Amino acid sequence: MNKFKNFMIGLGLVVLLVVALAIWVKLTWPLVLAAAALFAVWMALTRQGRQAASVTAVGVSTLRQRLGSSSVIVIGIAGVVGVLVALLAMGEGYAETLRKTGNTETAIVMRGASASEVMSVLERDSVVVIPQAAGIARDAQGKPIASPEIVVAANLQLKGGTADDVGSVQLRGIGDEAWTVRPNVKLVAGRKFKPGMHELMVGQGAQREFADLDVGHQIKLGNQLWTVVGEFASGDALDSELWADANVVAEAYRRGGSRNSVTVKLADPRGFDAFKATLQADPRLKVDVSTTIDYFSKQSEGTSKMIKAIGITVGVIMAIGAIFGALNCMFAAVAARAREIATLRAIGFRGMPVVVAIMLETMLLALLGGLLGGALAWLIFNGYTASTLAAGSVGKLSFEFSVTPALLWSGLKWALAIGFIGGLFPAVRAARLPVTAALREL
Amino acid sequence: MKYLHLIWAALFRRKTRTILTLVSIIAAFLLFGMLDAVRTSFDQAGKSANGAERLQTGSKLSFIQTLPSSLELPIGRVAGVKAVAYANWFGGAYQDPHNQIFSFAVSPNYIDLFPEIEVSAEQRKAFDATRTGVLVGEELARKYHWKVGDRLPLQSTIFPTRDGSKNWSFDIVGILHPKDKSAGGMFNQLILLHWKYFDDSTPYNQGAVGWYVSRVTDVNQADRVAKAIDAISANSDHETRTQTEQAATANWIKQLADIGLIVGSIMGAVFFTLMLLSGNTMMQAVRERTSELAVLKTIGFSSRSVLCMVLAESVLLLLIGGVVGLGIATALIPAVGANSGLSLPPVGAGNWVLGIGLMVLIGLVVGVLPALRAMRLNIVDALAGR
Repeated sequence: MNKFKNFMIGLGLVVLLVVALAIWVKLTWPLVLAAAALFAVWMALTRQGRQAASVTAVGVSTLRQRLGSSSVIVIGIAGVVGVLVALLAMGEGYAETLRKTGNTETAIVMRGASASEVMSVLERDSVVVIPQAAGIARDAQGKPIASPEIVVAANLQLKGGTADDVGSVQLRGIGDEAWTVRPNVKLVAGRKFKPGMHELMVGQGAQREFADLDVGHQIKLGNQLWTVVGEFASGDALDSELWADANVVAEAYRRGGSRNSVTVKLADPRGFDAFKATLQADPRLKVDVSTTIDYFSKQSEGTSKMIKAIGITVGVIMAIGAIFGALNCMFAAVAARAREIATLRAIGFRGMPVVVAIMLETMLLALLGGLLGGALAWLIFNGYTASTLAAGSVGKLSFEFSVTPALLWSGLKWALAIGFIGGLFPAVRAARLPVTAALREL
Repeated sequence: MKYLHLIWAALFRRKTRTILTLVSIIAAFLLFGMLDAVRTSFDQAGKSANGAERLQTGSKLSFIQTLPSSLELPIGRVAGVKAVAYANWFGGAYQDPHNQIFSFAVSPNYIDLFPEIEVSAEQRKAFDATRTGVLVGEELARKYHWKVGDRLPLQSTIFPTRDGSKNWSFDIVGILHPKDKSAGGMFNQLILLHWKYFDDSTPYNQGAVGWYVSRVTDVNQADRVAKAIDAISANSDHETRTQTEQAATANWIKQLADIGLIVGSIMGAVFFTLMLLSGNTMMQAVRERTSELAVLKTIGFSSRSVLCMVLAESVLLLLIGGVVGLGIATALIPAVGANSGLSLPPVGAGNWVLGIGLMVLIGLVVGVLPALRAMRLNIVDALAGR
């Protein structure tokens, strides 16, 4: 009978745990704050609450004597949170960089069924027809703001590598309109290229990755010599590109009059659907149209999903390790304090304050671990630059890890969840200690 | 060895604590198994003996730039080249333009240069005979439930057919079975179609070739052959860059991500935590047993054998947990791969050796402090509980 009772209590705890975790995952920070405030009120005002507070105070004051085992909890959880936040920050930074490249005010026109700009080919006829469509914004002279662009790749020597260490960089051939459709791109050094010349402008990200891209240097693309004349900054994926005159690039890559894409500024973002319908109804064209934000978000989707999945898998496995570590330490702590707890029970403390005190102590340690892990991830990785071959592009995309408050918050939530699980079972064990037996124990 | 039962008994003296610690160790080594398998598979990509014998020749300008098909003959004539094949990127996608599938349009002899890829003689014959035939990778076929004889509709995200449509249609005539999973893993996810059919059907290719693959007669001559191949088109408008398959793959992976750094830092965090945790457990275990250890010494165990026993206990703890964890990783990865179609590299012998080495090392490191403490126990003080 006793066994059955124990089993039912264990089962009840597991169910409680699952329910609590399910709610916890959904909880936003205002709700958590409200819950914490409610809990504080309970502690301050009710008899049981005050009892719990004093038991917790005793527990916390003895933490120093258990420095070794308490630091296991803190550091274990800090490790989980640090790794999780760092991996998610990598995914976030990557997605953010691509997302920022697009907006709702511009649209990109590519040949139908092209997965990315590089794969699309628009013949000269299409390049002429597309800017005439209704819905494109016009400049002061009444010309449509549409930028036909050519996107190719070039092999360049990597910074700090030997001549054999080459990487791929995306090279965009543009005209004047490219600057109008992308007002965020700023020239930071040198000057713009002169039309018809073998002159390059380099993005700051590309400059970080590849050798010899300082203004004034000359580099070889294939067997042609190009001069770097300017440096630009945009803070997004374009930062990893080289820009040059579209006609010169087309000639170097034997592309003739064809272009890869046309980026247009919409007269009105709400007119996008009409613009898209116009182009798709045009019998001379076979094109796909999307807003640039859609296009770039879609490019990042696969990779950022993958990074997120890896981060969560690694996080879950590490969390399991940390949970059992916490359980271990708290069971040991409860065992060490068995007499003290039994004494409390004997002089009239109820089970609830004991449970609350042990849980609170664990969660406090977990919170500490979460803060430590989050802080470490933020200190080491926020702004850390990495690069990868981005999906849908043909060059190295350099991006910065972005440790956002949202990520730190989710790291803290993980930490508290680990603390909750790690504290619950030892707490219940403590509350159910048979008073007489525990008192007699040495 | 004769003390094994004693060590075992000591280890499971407190079952709850040992089991909880074991679960943490299992989790750590499960993660280690998975991550280290990923790392080694990236490390070894292209490093097979066959990979060293193959050279890849692409445009020096960039990897998307094509080369003229007229290079086939001169490359074949370079001394030291046994055979040369060529391929082009087809840019295939199945069902949705974003669901891209590796698909190459290849010359008829392409597959001959990859002896590690197995295609049955009969299917090979069918491929040669069928203009629209394709060979598909084993795992790809399993993922999409393709069978030999199926008609395969593919979109090309780059090349429209002559009538302007992106929809191509092929006949699956055979399956590619990579014999060596770690070297030929890519062929699992690959579709090979005929370059001739591809070139005839799209107005956009016009005889262009994406890259050449050549097999050298002598691996030691690979560098010289590569230079000779590049010399053919030096100073032309289609200069080439030739590398061994090994170097080319390594270069790609390096551009993709610094896998070693990512895996290394995660494992660093995991093992640091693990050491702290199991170290704490061992500390507690020895502290609890102070009087027992004193009794052992009283009845004649030398200080050194007490030291060894505590060390052995901690190594054993790590070994049990680690082997179970790595075992789970070994068993789990193929199961997960089969269900999700996601191909994770299997845990190999090299991972086991490194893993077991780490278990012993961590076991020794975490055991050394408690073991020293046990060794230095003064019998009289310990028995008196001082």
